Amino acid sequence: MIDKTVPDVEAAVAGIPDGATIMIGGFGRAGQPVELIDALIAQGAGDLTIVNNNAGNGDTGLAALLAKKRVRKIICSFPRQHDSWVFDGLYRAGEIELELVPQGNLAERIRAAGAGIGAFFSPTGVGTELAEGKEAREIDGRSYVLEYPIKADFALVSALQGDRWGNLVYRETARNFGPIMATAAASTIAQVDEIVELGSLDPEAVVTPGIFVDRLVAVGERAWLDDGVFVGGVDIEGRPATAAPTQTEVDQ
Amino acid sequence: MSTRIDRNELAERVAADIPEGSYVNLGIGAPTLVANYLPDDQEIILHTENGLLGMGPAPDADRIDPDLINAGKQPVTALPGAAYFHHADSFAMMRGGHLDVCVLGAFQVSETGDLANWSTGAPGAIPAVGGAMDLAIGAKSVYVMTDLLTKTGEPKLVAACTYPLTGVACVTRVYTDHAVFDVTPDGFAVREAFGENTVESLSELTGLTLREADAAAATSGSET
Repeated sequence: MIDKTVPDVEAAVAGIPDGATIMIGGFGRAGQPVELIDALIAQGAGDLTIVNNNAGNGDTGLAALLAKKRVRKIICSFPRQHDSWVFDGLYRAGEIELELVPQGNLAERIRAAGAGIGAFFSPTGVGTELAEGKEAREIDGRSYVLEYPIKADFALVSALQGDRWGNLVYRETARNFGPIMATAAASTIAQVDEIVELGSLDPEAVVTPGIFVDRLVAVGERAWLDDGVFVGGVDIEGRPATAAPTQTEVDQ
Repeated sequence: MSTRIDRNELAERVAADIPEGSYVNLGIGAPTLVANYLPDDQEIILHTENGLLGMGPAPDADRIDPDLINAGKQPVTALPGAAYFHHADSFAMMRGGHLDVCVLGAFQVSETGDLANWSTGAPGAIPAVGGAMDLAIGAKSVYVMTDLLTKTGEPKLVAACTYPLTGVACVTRVYTDHAVFDVTPDGFAVREAFGENTVESLSELTGLTLREADAAAATSGSET
């Protein structure tokens, strides 16, 4: 019998060594596997290279991992945000290395790693400083630069539901990088709100087939859902709506 | 008469050039105002880079869903007919030329259509590029929405960008608070001057040689 489920988040992140490259799903807070990140902080691995779209928000999740100085390097597209003060401080102090990648190239480099592609020519970034030093080629009259895959030792992703074979379904825009990161890591660890019986996920609706998932842990339902139904009553950070005013500042 | 329209009027002007049936990305910041002026009786589908086609307006305060956000990480809604997808598919929609229009902000646009909107190159500044470079080279029509002048009075339309580039020869049209400019093989052409602005006064403001846009190129989506 195949059973990829593990009992808790501690077991889910067990064995992640110092120096590992870890993809972490999420776009801002949406889809960020916060419970797995908290477990990684407690587990203690350091000198990490993190791949994420952003570089942490507020003081929780990825930002907390950065604050503990466990991250040597971050590969991302949009580190600077209104609530990225943890990264900002480390970067200005020279305590974290940044590889800035245009978001579409970041996604495609991850996808390429998962798909066994050796490299690909992308039109994104041509003629900009982010393409400096890269091999260029003109194909059918258009200019491209060569982009290499980004592989990881581990991927931490968040999904709505999964089964013991590792099949995953996501929710809304919390899907974002999860499905491609799950394909691009040697070992993929998924947190889900709920682990469901094998056979109860609609095969037509499975987004990440279980072949891409190695460990699965249930972390409980999000505060804004009740038995899978959206009930609201929270702010954009998922806190009770009365806890604090919603942050409306725009990242630009 | 004045020489400037305000940001909401500008958003309304941009919206007027987006035909029904278009797939549109409004980036982050000021261009998202365009959504407020898309006509209710037309189907124009908004794309957000984080994996949604058919994006709707912000929800009521008690219906904020942290799983449902836009590229600016603000709460949004999904309209009937919406679709979710992962990031590689989302950027395939841009890079693959499937989006009809994107609207972006700018620090500078050159008269050959180069765009600079992601970095001022200032020493010590923390760089962040996001999806700007993918959008700039991906959409069929790349519209820039911006003030014509910086806060210190420098023109944002320039002969050549001095800020780091986002994309080369990618901008189709620039909507500013003073006028609408097409990017043409002969440089900027004034499509529409607001208020008391004229081709001559705009040439003086920008220091560029401007001309009136060719009426035949008035349809939206004209290529450069």
